Amino acid sequence: MLHEKLYDYLLHLGDNSMILGQRLGELCGHGPELETDIALTNISLDLFGQVRNYFQAAAQIKGGDATEDSVAMLRYEHEYKNTYLVEQPNEDFAHVIVRQFFFDVYHQLILNELMNSKNETLVAIAKKSIKEVDYHVDFSSTWVKRLGDGTEESHEKAQTAVNTLWRYSMELFKATETESWAAESRVGPDLDQLKSVYLERVSSILKEATLSLPEETVFQYGAKTGRHSENMGYILAEFQYMQRAYPNMKW
Amino acid sequence: MENKTLSLEEQFQNRIDSGENIEAKDWMPEKYRKTHIRQISQHAHSEVVGMLPEGNWISRAPSLRRKVALLAKVQDEAGHGLYLYSAAETLGISREELNEQLNSGRAKYSSIFNYPTISWADMGAVGWLVDGAAIINQVMLTKTSYGPYARAMVRICKEESFHQRQGYEIMLSLCNGTEAQKAMAQDALNRWWWPSMMMFGPRDEDSPNTEQSMKWKIKKKTNDELRQQFVDQTVPQAEILGLTIPDKDLKWNEERGHYDFGTIDWDEFWDVVKGNGLMNEKRLKDRNEAWDEGKWVRDAASAYADKQAEKRAKKTA
Amino acid sequence: MPINRQKKEQRKQHKSNNMNKEWPIWEIFIRSKNGLEHRHCGSLHAADEDMAIQNARDVYTRRQEGVSIWVVESKHITASNPEKNGEMFEPAADKVYRHPTFYELPDEIKHM
Repeated sequence: MLHEKLYDYLLHLGDNSMILGQRLGELCGHGPELETDIALTNISLDLFGQVRNYFQAAAQIKGGDATEDSVAMLRYEHEYKNTYLVEQPNEDFAHVIVRQFFFDVYHQLILNELMNSKNETLVAIAKKSIKEVDYHVDFSSTWVKRLGDGTEESHEKAQTAVNTLWRYSMELFKATETESWAAESRVGPDLDQLKSVYLERVSSILKEATLSLPEETVFQYGAKTGRHSENMGYILAEFQYMQRAYPNMKW
Repeated sequence: MENKTLSLEEQFQNRIDSGENIEAKDWMPEKYRKTHIRQISQHAHSEVVGMLPEGNWISRAPSLRRKVALLAKVQDEAGHGLYLYSAAETLGISREELNEQLNSGRAKYSSIFNYPTISWADMGAVGWLVDGAAIINQVMLTKTSYGPYARAMVRICKEESFHQRQGYEIMLSLCNGTEAQKAMAQDALNRWWWPSMMMFGPRDEDSPNTEQSMKWKIKKKTNDELRQQFVDQTVPQAEILGLTIPDKDLKWNEERGHYDFGTIDWDEFWDVVKGNGLMNEKRLKDRNEAWDEGKWVRDAASAYADKQAEKRAKKTA
Repeated sequence: MPINRQKKEQRKQHKSNNMNKEWPIWEIFIRSKNGLEHRHCGSLHAADEDMAIQNARDVYTRRQEGVSIWVVESKHITASNPEKNGEMFEPAADKVYRHPTFYELPDEIKHM
């Protein structure tokens, strides 16, 4: 059914931004410098703004008493479509930046495609979001370079982050059934087609940053179909707490 | 000419009395400079530490709309801290020193932030009461004598009114909600009322610096006057919410035209000021960790900037 | 690989040079969307000009569109000396003729 598939696709788009936004929100007040704190929170704000757009549209499709909040907060673990990458913890600043960078390059690519979607709502959301995400890419790429080509210590930490997180990158491009439907119906991008550009852009920045991709990587897949990492349970426990403890109330 | 018989200090005070702003490079008494560094940096530290009790609830905000609003508010606070650090720096102190003073526990910040935020309703109470109290002080400071401080305050005041409204609106939603929500709101008010009253500082008779502060336009009214203003404006707001302020001595006094209120627990006040509040240690620990763990990041950025500069120099050479 | 070894050496050197190095202060000037000129809004710390602009955008514009940002390292700004303000900005009591309002013009002359 068109509507079910579109609803599911909106969850795909929203969940990545949402979980990543949630991770960034955890950093508030703990940044390495006040200015950086503001920058990271700004990104979190942008992402949640996008989430609200996706989920308001999703709630409309679902109908009944569905709201952006019920869509966001009342699903069970296996019903979330985000990737492993965005669930990863805020291990240290290098992890935060590399995670952001790996996601931002992908995010920019799909938003550019979504601006040509057959679905008007997605076009509108993409047009608004791309300006923000262009900035996110700038921000995270520059920081990857600062850390990679900064001091001995920052280089090591950045390389460790790359080595740890790279295994979650390819999941971004492995289409689920819904994402395949989206590509076929010209509602969303053909993820496979975007892979080589992604690799080019990521490699180019890493090279400038004097960082390298790990030689042999066993890529991880499965989060998008509901098989999340152990991180997800804790993220949701915090995220959903108020809605679960105080059900059916207005805030 | 008459001016030549006035001392530098007297001329300086005349400038202030005539409404002139003192700017960074102007001559100023050393006491003025030191007092302002202390005052402005305390204010800045308060904004920065203030991010923590509210940041605590970002991940658990009950709706997307509330989460976004809270993120924006906390971000504003970081920005306010920044404006104020910048103003303090114009007086000849470095950001590094300022951080050192805060992290070592030597510098003070507003004690209110040493209280814990233990329920969502605290986000409402803090916005309504704490920001409400802060605004009373801040509006005064937009006319303070030191230019950079006054200008930072103008900027801050513009953004602050959104904070208080947001807090009050959260309380309103809760009080118009279920019994459980209303109870949450009342509990938050019960815990935040007296600490908010303490934000105005010791009684006038225990405040030696008031006179000097008024001469330099850091203060327009005394602690007790401001505290009275806060009570008078907040009691009706609580009535609209249908909540009870936890002060059995609170009563409208027709003769005075003000509310009478009970006695603050001055022991608690001084305990928290001295660093023995519930959250004092944790707040400092969090700030220290952020700063210490951030060092390698700051160093990396500096190193990278140097390298880029070298590369550019080589190109143009 | 030789290139990576070179970079490694550079990084080691930078590590010792950069202990406790603070990011410099930058003064921020913003021209709003319909504004006529850039105005000084304040300052912030950044390691380089890209970071300064990014930070200024986050701190002073809250992402408003159509805003122009200038950043200048504080050390590059020369300010007038306030003690000499009298000379520069106020006409001295005995030099009234410098100031245009002290010329008396016939009423018939307009727009001057």
